[in-house]
Amino acid sequence: MSDYILEMNHITKEFSGVKALDDVNLKVKKGEIHAICGENGAGKSTLMNVLSGVYPFGTYDGDILYKGEHCKFHNLRDSEAKGIVIIHQELALSPLLSVAENVFIGNEQTSSKGIIDWTRTRSRAQEMLAKVGLEHEDVNVPINTLGVGKQQLIEIAKAMAKKVELLILDEPTAALNDEESRKLLDIMLQLKSQGITCIIISHKLNEIEYVSDSVTIIRDGKTIETLVKGVDDYSEDRVIKGMVGREMTNRYPVREGVEIGDVIFEVKNWNVFHPDDEHRQMLKDINIQVRAGEVVGLAGLMGAGRTELAMSLFGRSYGQKISGSIFINGKEVHIKTVKDAVKNKLAYISEDRKTYGLNLIGDVKENMTIAARPFFFSKNGVINENDEIVAAQEYKERINVKANSINQVVGSLSGGNQQKVVVAKWMLTQPDVLIMDEPTRGIDVGAKYEIYCVINELAKAGKAVIVISSEMPEIIGTCDRCYVINEGEIAGELNRDEFSQERIMQLIMAHMRKGDGNGN
Amino acid sequence: METKTKKTVNMDLKQYGMFLILIGIFLLFYITTKGANAVPFNINNLIMQNGYVVILAIGMLLCVLTGNIDLGVGSVVAVTGSVAGIIMIDYKMNMWVAIIAALAVGIITGLFAGFFIAYLSIPPFVVTLATMLMGRGLTYTLLQAQTKGPFTDSYNFVGAGFLPTFKIAFMDGTLDLVSIAVAILASIALIVSEIKDYRTKKKYNFAVYPVWQIALKLVIMLFIIWFFFTKLAMCNGLPFVLLIMAILIFAYGFITSKTVAGRQIYALGGNRKAANLSGIDTNKVFFWVYVNMGFLSSIAGIVLAARNGSATPKAGDGFEMDAIASCYIGGAAVAGGAGSIVGAVVGAFIMGILNNGMSLMGFTTDVQKIFKGVVLLLAVTLDVLSKRKKK
Repeated sequence: MSDYILEMNHITKEFSGVKALDDVNLKVKKGEIHAICGENGAGKSTLMNVLSGVYPFGTYDGDILYKGEHCKFHNLRDSEAKGIVIIHQELALSPLLSVAENVFIGNEQTSSKGIIDWTRTRSRAQEMLAKVGLEHEDVNVPINTLGVGKQQLIEIAKAMAKKVELLILDEPTAALNDEESRKLLDIMLQLKSQGITCIIISHKLNEIEYVSDSVTIIRDGKTIETLVKGVDDYSEDRVIKGMVGREMTNRYPVREGVEIGDVIFEVKNWNVFHPDDEHRQMLKDINIQVRAGEVVGLAGLMGAGRTELAMSLFGRSYGQKISGSIFINGKEVHIKTVKDAVKNKLAYISEDRKTYGLNLIGDVKENMTIAARPFFFSKNGVINENDEIVAAQEYKERINVKANSINQVVGSLSGGNQQKVVVAKWMLTQPDVLIMDEPTRGIDVGAKYEIYCVINELAKAGKAVIVISSEMPEIIGTCDRCYVINEGEIAGELNRDEFSQERIMQLIMAHMRKGDGNGN
Repeated sequence: METKTKKTVNMDLKQYGMFLILIGIFLLFYITTKGANAVPFNINNLIMQNGYVVILAIGMLLCVLTGNIDLGVGSVVAVTGSVAGIIMIDYKMNMWVAIIAALAVGIITGLFAGFFIAYLSIPPFVVTLATMLMGRGLTYTLLQAQTKGPFTDSYNFVGAGFLPTFKIAFMDGTLDLVSIAVAILASIALIVSEIKDYRTKKKYNFAVYPVWQIALKLVIMLFIIWFFFTKLAMCNGLPFVLLIMAILIFAYGFITSKTVAGRQIYALGGNRKAANLSGIDTNKVFFWVYVNMGFLSSIAGIVLAARNGSATPKAGDGFEMDAIASCYIGGAAVAGGAGSIVGAVVGAFIMGILNNGMSLMGFTTDVQKIFKGVVLLLAVTLDVLSKRKKK
């Protein structure tokens, strides 16, 4: 009897002739946390879909051995019946239903006659929440009143309710801040101590190093290697080497020969209130300055107000009762709509490209030119298509968008290439000030590097670049200076020579204490 | 390098599939009606009977592109027709006054719906369900449930008249040389635009279709053009409605593909939030799409009243469904963001040929509805399935 709970042997899965998985092997020991790493499109999610029965038995080649048994899953229910539960990146929660109802969605607590037993639903939901450290939550409130971090934990509670033995988490911390992520990872360790086996897919290598016992690296649909903690070199750099097939000596390209000029973007006394609650102040007296050729970071925890700041500056796309002034190139500008913002050479790249950045059924050219069109590619409202084609072609090559042509539908591109399309879209508006909100979220190491190169190029061209990132190493690696934002206020400002994750956290913590001292 | 581009690429059959279906259905009825559907008079009828559905389908496409529909168009057709009728019959006023009044009423209903949809964010389904009920009720009230007519010939010309002709003897009847001249011009325009397109693609090093495929497409298109125009030439020449249709198809084809405003509708339908953050005032787009729908509904109302020579309270009943179905049959995406004017027009003609063919075969309108339903369901099912396959 082997000590493996799961063995996936020689899994091959083709999509219309293209091998998404090619002879992949995965062995997971009972009671361990096993990580799967790979660039986007390497085949991680496909592998998990094979395991959970999303791709039914017979549509792939190879063999799945679970607890010594050959498995032929035809759908999710089959695999869940065996205790294999997958939690996808996109949460499968019904926003307006209560927490309790969500915990038992598809697994309703019913009487023998099939009628829902609400008392049992609530009390058992409470039990499940306790297992994931949410014992103080009210199970009767709609789930959309909770933050993403808690929702993610409720997904785990949901899995616990199904008597899970093998829990698969696909990018569980992608939308979480550091604190929430840490909490989730600790819950995973707790589950492990209860004998539950976990598979985690993540791009955040520091988390993998922290939580997992072994890691399997997949590249281009093939298993490259499996590293075991305590036996092999388990550092981030080692894992990256496996993922990209080469040493990434420097994850952040060096910015050279950039002259930092005068202040070209300045925000003074910026105040914003919550869009639904006019008494709730989201941003208080924000003052920032960015010079030409300078890359300035906005660091902070999730929910600190960074995205709110960026969006409120960008044509008042967020908030109400906005006051304060914006200066671009030394002149005060009055930006009331997104169109005004574009006209005044301000651009904002959203953190959520699929929801706010792209028309996924539109093609590359359409997506690249839509924002710049009224200003550069049309005359009297009539589009100059030739100019658009030339420009889209140029940017496709310049920032290396891997698409068959500029006529390819954006929805069929990988995350990294989609992000590049959004970046091109805003570069085409020829901005002087570019705000990039989480520019590398959910994209692979190679594409990240290319995005950083674009940032450098923009700085070199004398633009003012603002980078918002929840990944502190990214702020440290790309920025000349950063503002630390906490609870809607500037908690501090750091220059490049003062940068460190500790310093940023210290500023946040100090600011929080000050807030408490004020009797909040 | 991954950027090496293929020099030629096969035509996406689906893009032109609608034309093939159109021809296929026509041929099917040609057999079942023993050629009765291809006689000049019937072709003439096909155009004149479907003019208003085509006009409505053009406006409806814009609504569908936003991911919505307009249920009120049939009622607006009735209201505008009755307004024109009342002005001409009861107030004995000039037909131009009637036409302008009808257009104004159409635009006002559009402004009304657009205001609620765009600026109060009331779902279009609800707003237009309301305009549908209100419009129909208003028509019955205005007309006191009576038919208003007959109208003068000069007004009826809009819906039933023909462009000037120059007829010569031909076979057993006559042939209108004006129709033939227009067909020649249309053919030249088509060929020139195809060559231009080919050259532009070459110039930018884009993948082009193989020449034989382009030639085949041209042959099919030219065949359709010549088939229609020679039949019309052998009948009464070119209907005035055809001119209205042609102008609208070109104008809206241009707007939807070549103007900033037109592409904004697609961007809105594809992803409203992203469109907003790209500097597009999506409320404004919504507003104008529905104002435009009101405007085109009034044109359809004027044409329908002119063709009937009277205004009736039941006019335009169910037209909204025909227009919506035309868009979906013509390949527009139900969720919005994809579709074309040409597709919607072809969709309208597919519906028209179905109606016409079944009438000739002696089916009642009740049976026709069953078949129309089946065709709509099949068309959308095929579309959805073929998209799923690609993934």
